[in-house]
Amino acid sequence: MTKRPASPLLFSGSDWNFATLSRTYEAIETIALEELQLDVYPNQIEIISSEQMLDAYSSVGMPLMYQHWSFGKRFVFEDHLYRKGLRGLAYELVINSNPCISYLMEENTMAIQALVTAHAAFGHNHFFKNNYLFRQWTDANAILGYMEFAKKYVTKCEERHGTAAVEEILDSAHAIMDQGVFRYRRPPRLSSEKERERARERLEYEEQTYNDLWRTLPSSTDASDEDGASKAERDAAERKKALNLPEENLLYFLEKNSLILEPWQREILRIVRVIAQYFYPQRQTKVMNEGCATFVHYFIMNRLYDQGKINEGTMLEVLQSHSNVVFQPDFDDPRFSGINPYALGFALMQDIERIATEPTAEDRDWFPDLAGSGDWRATLIDAWANHRDESFILQYLSPALIRKFRLFLLSDRAGDNFCEVTSIHNERGYEAVRTALARNYETGANLPDIQVVDVDLLGNRHLRLAHYIKNGVLLEEEKRDATLRHVRRLWGYDVSLAGVDAATGETRYERSTAQLSE
Amino acid sequence: MPNFIDRRLNPKDKSLGNRRRFLRRAHEELKRVVKERIRAGKIADVDAEQGVPMPARGTDEPTFQPARTSGQRQYILPGNKEFTPGDRIPKPGGGAGGAGSRAGRGQAEDDFQFVLSREEVLDLFFEDLELPDMIKLSLKETVSYKPRRAGFATSGAPTNINVGRTMRNSYGRRIALHRPRRGDIEALAKEIATLEATPPAPGSGQRLEELHGELERLERRRRRIPYVDPVDIRYNRFEPQPLPNANAVMFCLMDVSSSMGEREKDLAKRFFVLLHLFLKRRYDRIDIVFIRHTDEAREVDEDTFFYSTQSGGTVVSTALEEMQRIIEERYPARDWNIYAAQASDGDNIAGDSERCSSLLNGPLMRLCQYYAYVEIIDERETEIFGATDNGTSLWRAYRTVNEAWPNFQMTRIARPADIYPVFRKLFARQPTTQQRK
Repeated sequence: MTKRPASPLLFSGSDWNFATLSRTYEAIETIALEELQLDVYPNQIEIISSEQMLDAYSSVGMPLMYQHWSFGKRFVFEDHLYRKGLRGLAYELVINSNPCISYLMEENTMAIQALVTAHAAFGHNHFFKNNYLFRQWTDANAILGYMEFAKKYVTKCEERHGTAAVEEILDSAHAIMDQGVFRYRRPPRLSSEKERERARERLEYEEQTYNDLWRTLPSSTDASDEDGASKAERDAAERKKALNLPEENLLYFLEKNSLILEPWQREILRIVRVIAQYFYPQRQTKVMNEGCATFVHYFIMNRLYDQGKINEGTMLEVLQSHSNVVFQPDFDDPRFSGINPYALGFALMQDIERIATEPTAEDRDWFPDLAGSGDWRATLIDAWANHRDESFILQYLSPALIRKFRLFLLSDRAGDNFCEVTSIHNERGYEAVRTALARNYETGANLPDIQVVDVDLLGNRHLRLAHYIKNGVLLEEEKRDATLRHVRRLWGYDVSLAGVDAATGETRYERSTAQLSE
Repeated sequence: MPNFIDRRLNPKDKSLGNRRRFLRRAHEELKRVVKERIRAGKIADVDAEQGVPMPARGTDEPTFQPARTSGQRQYILPGNKEFTPGDRIPKPGGGAGGAGSRAGRGQAEDDFQFVLSREEVLDLFFEDLELPDMIKLSLKETVSYKPRRAGFATSGAPTNINVGRTMRNSYGRRIALHRPRRGDIEALAKEIATLEATPPAPGSGQRLEELHGELERLERRRRRIPYVDPVDIRYNRFEPQPLPNANAVMFCLMDVSSSMGEREKDLAKRFFVLLHLFLKRRYDRIDIVFIRHTDEAREVDEDTFFYSTQSGGTVVSTALEEMQRIIEERYPARDWNIYAAQASDGDNIAGDSERCSSLLNGPLMRLCQYYAYVEIIDERETEIFGATDNGTSLWRAYRTVNEAWPNFQMTRIARPADIYPVFRKLFARQPTTQQRK
C-alpha cells in the first residue's frame, strides 16, 4: 500500500488491519536494516487469538508439538492465571526458525503491534540468526520440519503401542531433559537421509575389509606383568573408553546404549533430546536476547517518532508498555521476583551506547577500548553475535550500571541462620558483584552436573551416575529419588547416583535404585 | 515484505488432547474430589461444572533439583538502601535465605482450582455405578431442540434461500432504481435498425446519434443495477425450539433414625442423585421434595435431610402420609409427573409395614409414575439376603406391592454398583412413554 502524501503518519488510532501492519513493517524494516544494520531471517508474522497464545505457551512455545499430559497441566495452569487476571499474556511469541515466525496477539493495539514487530521480528530475529550459540547449536532451517516429524512420529507410536506406553517413555525422558543436552561438545547435527546412508556405507565397507589376521597380533607388552586388581582397573578404563564415558548427556547415553529400549523408544528419547538441545541456547542468553530485542524496539520506535511517522499518543502508549517491561522492583519490594532480564539486558545495551558516546573518566579506566569510540552499533552487533549472558555481563557490566541498580552481593551458607552482605556497589565491590552476577547466569553451573561414569555391560549392568557437587549444593532428595526411578525405567537395570564433591573429590552420598521401594 | 498469516480462524482447542491426557493422569485424584463434592454438595449440582483443586499426586514431574537447604550460594539483588559489606541479615524462619520471594511457582501451583466440564464430572460420577454406555450417553445428552421456521434472515446457507422473498425484493429494487427493461432496450434497438435501413434523410443522422447515446446509457444503467443483488437475498430462518417437556416432582424419602449411618446416607444420596439425573433428562423442571422420618415425618431442606440426625423410633408410614399430603396440596397428579424414591435400612416398628403397603396399594401408587425403594444393607449381609425374598418386615410388605404394580421397584444395595439395576425398569419403560407423546 502506498503512503498518503497528506499525512506522514503510518497509522493513527488503536485499530489495526493488515494494510497498516505491512506499512508499519516496512518503515521498521528500513530503520532496522539501514540504521542498525541488523541481519535477519525472512519474517513470517502470524496473528493469533489469546486462546491460541495459551496453547502456544503450554507447548513450550512451539507451533507444533507432540501431545503429552504435562502440556495439558501447564495449559490449565496458565489458563487459570490468565482468567484470574493474575498474569497478562505476552504480546508476542517468536520462534527461532527460518523463516522466523512471530506471533502477534489480535487484542494488541496498533501501537503495540508496531512495538512487538520491532521487538520480535527484528530484535529477536537478529539475535537468533547471529548469536554464535544459536548458529552452532541449533538448526533454524530444520526445526519446523523436525517438529512436524516428531509430532507425527509420537502420534504414530501412540497408535501402534498405546498411549500409556508412549507416555511412560516421555515421562521418563522429560525427567532428565535438563541432563539431555551437550554442554561442552558440539551436538551431532540432525542427520539427513543422505548422511545416514553414508554411515551405513562406511559400516559395510568396514565389514568387507575385515581381516581376522589382525586379531592374532599379540597385545602390547605391558599386558602381561599386571596383577588382578589393576587388570580390573584397565578393563574399566577400556570399557569406559568404548562407551565414550564419562558422558554428560544422559538422554544421549540411554538412547544409544540402553539394552531394553525398542527402536521407537530410542527415537522418542532422541526427539526429547533434540528439543532440549534446541532450547538450551535460549536459556543461556535470556538477558542478552531480551536486552537485544528491547534495545532494538526502543531505538526503532524512537526513530519512527523522530521521523514523524507515529504520533505522540502512539509514542506514549509505547513508552508506557516499554517501561512496564523494563521495570525492576527492588529486592524488598513485594513484586520482586529476581532480576528482570528485560531490565538488565536493556540497561546493559544502553550503557554500551552511553560508554561509546559519552564516557566518563571511570568508563575510560574500565573500558579503554570501547569508551568514546562512538561506534556503539558495531560493538553491539559484535556483542550480540559473540557472547552469552555470562560472558556478556563479565565483559560489559559497568560500575555506573551497578550503582544504578544498586546491586549488592549476599552470601548464603546453609547452616548459618543469617545471610551476609559481602559486597555492595562501591569501588571495592564492583568486581565481586560483576563476577557473582555473571556466575548466576551460567546455566551450565546452575544445573546439577550429573554424568554417566561407569557401566558394566557384561556384568550386572549396573549404571553408575555421578553428581559433581558444586559449592555443597545437594539435590532435593524426594525428587532425586523419583528421577532416578525414571532413569532406571529407561535403563532397565539398577542405577545408582553418587554425589561427589567437585572440589575435594569426596563422596557425599550414594543412592541406588536398589534401595528405593517401588 | 513479510509473510502475514491470519491464524485466528484456525481450529481452537489445540490443547484438548493434552487436557484429556492430563485428566486421565489425574484420574484417581479427581474421582476422589468429585465424590467428595457429591457427598457434600446439593443433588442438583452434580449436573454442572465443578472447580477442583489441581491434583498433585500422579502429576508431578520430577527432575534433579538443587536442594535449597544445602550449600553456599551467592545472590545478587538490586535496590540496596542501607547495607554495607559485613552486614548480616537474619534468614526468615531458617528458609531460603536472601531471596525472600523465591517461593513463586511451586506454591501457586498447589492452591488453584481448575474447572471440570459437566461431561467430565458426570464421567467421574458414573464410573463405579456401572451404567451401560448407552445410558451414560443419554444421561449426558442435553435438552434436544427442533428447528422451527421463524421469519427470514439476511444471511444463511444457500440451501435456505427463500426464492419468493428474494425475487420480491429484487423486483422492488429494480422498479425503485429505474432499471431499464429489456423490452425498452429492444424497442430502441429496433428503431435504430429501421433508421439505419432507410436511406439517410435530413436530420436522421442526428436522430440516430441520439438513439445510440440513449441505448448506450440504458445498457450501462442495466449493467450497473443487477437483476438480483446480494441485498435482495433472503434466507429462511430457523430457530431451535426445545421439545416440550412436562414438569416432574421427585420425592426423596429417607429414614434418618440413628441406625442410618454415614455409609448408608452416602449410598442413599448417590441413589437420589442418579434418579435426579435421569429425570432431568426428561423434564424441563424438576422439583425435589425431601421428606425425612423417624417416628414422625417432616418435609425438610436438603441440608437437613442429609446432615442432621434425629433420634426416635421408626414409623415408615408417616413419611408416606406426608408425601400424600404434599401431593394433594402442591402437586396435582394431572400437572405433575410424580416420582418417589425411598431409602431405608429396613427397620420399621412392628405392625406399621402392613399400613405402608396398604397406603401404597391404595392411593399412592396410582399417583406415582414410578416408585423406587432401596434397602441399604451391610456388605456382609448381601450374601445372606442377596437372593432371597425374605427380609425385614418392610421388605416383605413391599414384596406384595412389587407384585401388584409394574412401576414399583425395590432392591437391596450394599455397594455403589448395586444402584443402577434399580433404574433399569424405568428405562425399559421409556420407549412407551415417548410413544404416548
